[in-house]
Amino acid sequence: MARFAALWGIVFVLASVSARAESIAIAAAADLKFAMDDIVASFEAGHPADAVRVIYGSSGKFLTQIQQGAPYDLYFSADIAYPRRLADAGLAASDVIPYAFGRIVLWSVERDASTMTLASLADPKIARVAIANPKHAPYGKRAEEALRASGLWEAVEPKLVYGENIAQTAQFVQTGNAQVGIIALALVLSPELSRRGGYWLIPDTLHEPLEQGFIITKRAANSALARRFADHMGSKPARAVMTRYGFVLPGEVALR
Amino acid sequence: MLLTESDLQAIGLTVRLASTVTLILLILGTPIAWWLARTKSWWKGPIAAVVALPLVLPPSVLGFYLLLAMGPNGPVGRLTAILGIAPLAFTFRGLVVASVFYSLPFMVQPLQTAFAAVGTRPLEVAATLRASPWDAFFTVAVPLAAPGFLTAAILTFAHTVGEFGVVLMIGGNLPGVTRVASVQIYDHVEALAYDDAHRLAAALMIFSFLVLLVLYAWPSRRNPAP
Repeated sequence: MARFAALWGIVFVLASVSARAESIAIAAAADLKFAMDDIVASFEAGHPADAVRVIYGSSGKFLTQIQQGAPYDLYFSADIAYPRRLADAGLAASDVIPYAFGRIVLWSVERDASTMTLASLADPKIARVAIANPKHAPYGKRAEEALRASGLWEAVEPKLVYGENIAQTAQFVQTGNAQVGIIALALVLSPELSRRGGYWLIPDTLHEPLEQGFIITKRAANSALARRFADHMGSKPARAVMTRYGFVLPGEVALR
Repeated sequence: MLLTESDLQAIGLTVRLASTVTLILLILGTPIAWWLARTKSWWKGPIAAVVALPLVLPPSVLGFYLLLAMGPNGPVGRLTAILGIAPLAFTFRGLVVASVFYSLPFMVQPLQTAFAAVGTRPLEVAATLRASPWDAFFTVAVPLAAPGFLTAAILTFAHTVGEFGVVLMIGGNLPGVTRVASVQIYDHVEALAYDDAHRLAAALMIFSFLVLLVLYAWPSRRNPAP
């Protein structure tokens, strides 16, 4: 009997704790992997009672999942068009908020990409070039645009291999299976990848802007924590993290 | 035409991959199954466990190790470099190698069961009639285990058609080379092209049902007893 009472005590304590602390789940594009980890860490440091979970993946897949009722409270897409679609369908509880412009870079671990340009990709010694799948990945679309704008598409296309998202594209290069890749600047600046090889920033005049946006989803309309996190994205520390990972913030001028 | 040209290409590639893998596994899997069915060696347990691993392991584990192994610093990558052949990642040959591992238990286990059911007696009888072991294997054991071969081949083929995770991780999504039907469906869904995804997915659903129907509708043919 005493044991029973103790058990109920524990259940009661747990229930009251979980009632006070809120938790949210964020669906974030794969290019945010490292930047968002840092932002969430700084947010949680200021809000110790709250729990923020981040799930990284491809923006298109998250769009489908949210349309089908997936339990994400915020959705950070690498292509602002996707959250706009959700907002148009009445699935957003906030405006579509632009949070960054992404940049693409040439990256290699086995050669110094900082001395390369897109034209170097025509070098016959480079057998495989990894890009994200242009059919559905925003970074892949921009990579294709940059190659076409440089007149290199025909020469490079036979060497291309396609990653499912930008993180997998980086993985193809990191494991040496592709000699060079066109990936997100944000990933190249991460602690994991910055130690390996160099990169070359692809001029953003060669492609459409990679405008990224987020929304609070409809299911989180009443979540105070979701609002707080959305506000935090505009805060100085969060903006500093985004800048550190090479994102150009709305209203700022891009480096060329 | 219901399916697009690239869908048909993906289906053709899938069939080519599954047939190649089934053929290779018939050759590689038969001796392994034969040995497992008859040995009393201490090694039987460990070898059977290794053969069954792909049944349990997530495809991501196999895909991850293969991706590392096939890279220029991995053991497979070094081997292909020494042999002067092109690296295996992002190639049809690479998919074949991966699928041979991945579908191994689907070939070996039904064959092992069939060989075990044949037992030692028919072979002993063959031996008394002066059949060499090879002769006895091909003229006695194989015909008696024929239904097992059919089951094993169908399961291996079907399982290779159903492969996805490993291909996604080492394939690089190249049309006509590594973009098999399952990956093509995934691409359609990612690109929000649900109509395209529906058509190809339905085609695969019907195919899989028909394969399993062949397998289950003739139970007498699968009975290893003569």
